[in-house]
Amino acid sequence: MGKLLRRTFLWGSAAIAGGVAVGFYMYHTPYSNPLVADESKGEGVFNPFVKIAADGSVTIIVPRAEMGQGVVTTLAALVAEELDIELSDVKTEFAPAANVYYNRGMLEEGAPFQAFDNSFMAELTRDIQGVVAKFLAMQATGGSSSTIDAFNRMRMAGAAARAMLIGAAADKWQVAAASLKTENGRVIDAALGRSLAYGELVGEAVKQEIPEEITLKQPADWRYLGKSQPRLDMRAKVTGKAGFGIDVRLPEMLFATVRMNPNQGAKMTAFDAAEAEKVPGVIKVINLDTGFAVVANNTWVAFKAADLVKPEWAPSSYPATTDAIFEKLDAGLKAGGGFNMRDDGDAPAAIAAASGKVISARYSAPYLAHATMEPMNATAQWKDGRLTVWSGNQAPTSIVTQAASVFGLSRDDVSVHSTYLGGGFGRRFETDFSMLAARVAKEMDGKPVQVTWSREEDMRHDMYRPGAICEASAVVDAQGVPSVAFRAASQSPIASVFGRIAGAITPPGNDRTIVDGMWDQPYALTNYRVTGIPVYMDIPVGFWRSVGHSHNPFFHECFMDEIAHSSSQDPLEMRLQLMQPYPAAVGVMQAVKEMSQWATPLSAEGVKSRGRGVAFCLSFGTWVAQVVQVADTDDGIRIEKVWCAADFGIALDPKNLEAQMMSGIIFGLSAAIGQEITFNDGAAEQGNFDSYDCMRMNQAPKIEVRVLRASGKMGGAGEPGTPPSLPALGNAIFAATGKRIRQLPLSKDVSFA
Amino acid sequence: MELKINGKTVSIEADPEMPLLWALRDTAGLTGTKFGCGIALCGACTVLIDGEPTRSCSIALEDVAGDVTTIEALEGDDGALHLVQEAWIEHQVAQCGYCQSGQVLSAVALLASNPAPNDADIDEAMSGNLCRCGTYSRIRAAIHTAAKKIAGT
Ligand code: FES
Ligand code: FES
Repeated sequence: MGKLLRRTFLWGSAAIAGGVAVGFYMYHTPYSNPLVADESKGEGVFNPFVKIAADGSVTIIVPRAEMGQGVVTTLAALVAEELDIELSDVKTEFAPAANVYYNRGMLEEGAPFQAFDNSFMAELTRDIQGVVAKFLAMQATGGSSSTIDAFNRMRMAGAAARAMLIGAAADKWQVAAASLKTENGRVIDAALGRSLAYGELVGEAVKQEIPEEITLKQPADWRYLGKSQPRLDMRAKVTGKAGFGIDVRLPEMLFATVRMNPNQGAKMTAFDAAEAEKVPGVIKVINLDTGFAVVANNTWVAFKAADLVKPEWAPSSYPATTDAIFEKLDAGLKAGGGFNMRDDGDAPAAIAAASGKVISARYSAPYLAHATMEPMNATAQWKDGRLTVWSGNQAPTSIVTQAASVFGLSRDDVSVHSTYLGGGFGRRFETDFSMLAARVAKEMDGKPVQVTWSREEDMRHDMYRPGAICEASAVVDAQGVPSVAFRAASQSPIASVFGRIAGAITPPGNDRTIVDGMWDQPYALTNYRVTGIPVYMDIPVGFWRSVGHSHNPFFHECFMDEIAHSSSQDPLEMRLQLMQPYPAAVGVMQAVKEMSQWATPLSAEGVKSRGRGVAFCLSFGTWVAQVVQVADTDDGIRIEKVWCAADFGIALDPKNLEAQMMSGIIFGLSAAIGQEITFNDGAAEQGNFDSYDCMRMNQAPKIEVRVLRASGKMGGAGEPGTPPSLPALGNAIFAATGKRIRQLPLSKDVSFA
Repeated sequence: MELKINGKTVSIEADPEMPLLWALRDTAGLTGTKFGCGIALCGACTVLIDGEPTRSCSIALEDVAGDVTTIEALEGDDGALHLVQEAWIEHQVAQCGYCQSGQVLSAVALLASNPAPNDADIDEAMSGNLCRCGTYSRIRAAIHTAAKKIAGT
């Protein structure tokens, strides 16, 4: 790893302070280190990520949301590795919303607002646009950039604290720091056989200068990183003690629910709350303009009373039915235009001039809800003009920004406490549930209010994965190399997020998520065009686990399968050929070939037939190949097994990466075998798991994962498992039954056992 | 109204029609039991009533006729865990964790009635418990491990 210079170390906060290098450890400026208050509790605050108490106990601050991906453990391990402490002993806390925790990709948000009184909103909007642009750039290059950010910063935080502890011991013993080493929370002077516990050094150590240079451990010396660690949150999660947003309990807290117009965004034109107000336990019914809230003494009373309110809803501003929505997408596709995210050679010309057979197909994917296990909720309290929000969220600083803007507060007057998340999948990146809690609490005279959505409210007020359609065409030359052209039309998640967060309609440049998973794949083709066509409608759409990579790989990889079959090539061997210049892609394809015994024919014993399908997707910096095996049975298609090979470049915690792949696969297969949000009268028709189910234990296949580390660059883990699972299943069904299914969910064409 | 919850008699003042889930969470302060769907489709709210796995979102207080056991009671006062919980930790089952109180209690009930379940038995007993994080493989492995642990005691 070598030496990292102070400038590198300072990078984050130097930029935050507007170009002035004030130091990574911003203890001397009043607002920068939110942990300062803990000093009064006798804890030594080394930097915004590390606190050590006099008894030697270490608290590591986790600046990211824990939504199942294991980030608490992995980020704590980064610090523990360099600080040289026992990982199982550390305590962790979620970071408050504060400048120092800004992700490198979100730095603009940390910039103080310029004080243009008369154009404050414009300034705010510009500022937020910068933030969103940065965020999306990060999202598009993958979780990889954020992981790498934490990878260095958290290790440096640990290493800096360790150096300061060594410095304090060196001063005390009057020896050279270089003669000292550390071991499990102690500074050791091997020459004289003496040692001091970190706790004994805290008082002096925090006064040490931040080291000029930090040398990080070589990977060969890693004790925790690269090896599977027991999750620090596991015990709390099997004993019911992990605190989710819905578990927040405060003195005098009231319970509430909301019912918003199912024609999302449209007004509530009238409402009659007389019956609801009579329900014992109801405290208040609040008009929220686009819906209402019922505040009560428990959540069930609020739910029950909300059913008794008679609202009148204004119609939606978007097409009211699924058919009308997809007609708009079709019209967008027919109108032509769009942007070419990839345009190698001249695919349309090659296809037009072809003497051979032209293959063409039309694919589609539906709108999807996130359906996190924990329905949306948040708790808020107003006191002395200040707002405090407790919520399981993926973006605490966005809540601060938006609350400050909507309620006319200074950022310092908004506090956000982040809890564990009962699933995020992109849904909790949004601020709506936190903002609604803040609005309801504002009417309740300083009392804290927890606002919990019913499952139906959650499913009908999502920011959906957009529905999409795609036209694909190809010809294959004599060497078996295809020329391909894809044209995909969908709403733009980026434009939609912009509209919500910044009140701006125009997205910055082309929304690559419309074609992510098609234009960015490592196929070496001479003629390769991928065109995205944004279609603007007001249906809220957003980031759904793997975003554009959640549906485009279904189009791309099923069509690649069609190309292979139509030119009598083995679909896996064809990909290996076309991916030759990309060793990481070849590596994962070879791995699943071997794991699934691809070349060995399957028996159809006990079933009508069996088949295997393969698919590949590079997303968020991680290279993933999957083979799915299905059986056609009397009860329908049974998904028997999934093999997955993923190259993460650097694999910090292999067992956790395996879990993330399994999770992503089940998430993708859940969508493939039956999920679909449809609209009628402007409202989502599905409201609960009876109409929008998820894969359950009895349908879950066996999954085998192989973790590779060859790509040379660290990739993300939470999302890349999902993209290949849907096309690999579609291709397996083709292999087993000869039926090519081009629309999701696949349950429109086959039933599943 | 008096209920026996985790070995203690608890008096709850609420509408007798209120589902047990909300009495546990919003009145008795036992937040380990989770709300997921409200209509007995996800299993997040699973508790044991006289040992039977029950969706607490769909049973009215007035219909609760036995001793209620929630996730909070599985851990002993001395911090000792139930063998099912130990198996869960061994297999590192939980991801977001939200469904896991219900999963653990469904597994406890399964093993109480069937000490050596096969995969089909596990499917049958556990398919009412959704896990949006897709932890099914590890749940299955943990149940097999827990069965062995229990048999060994
Ligand atoms: S909340 Fe009771 S089964 Fe879903
Ligand atoms: S662990 Fe997240 S829903 Fe099961």
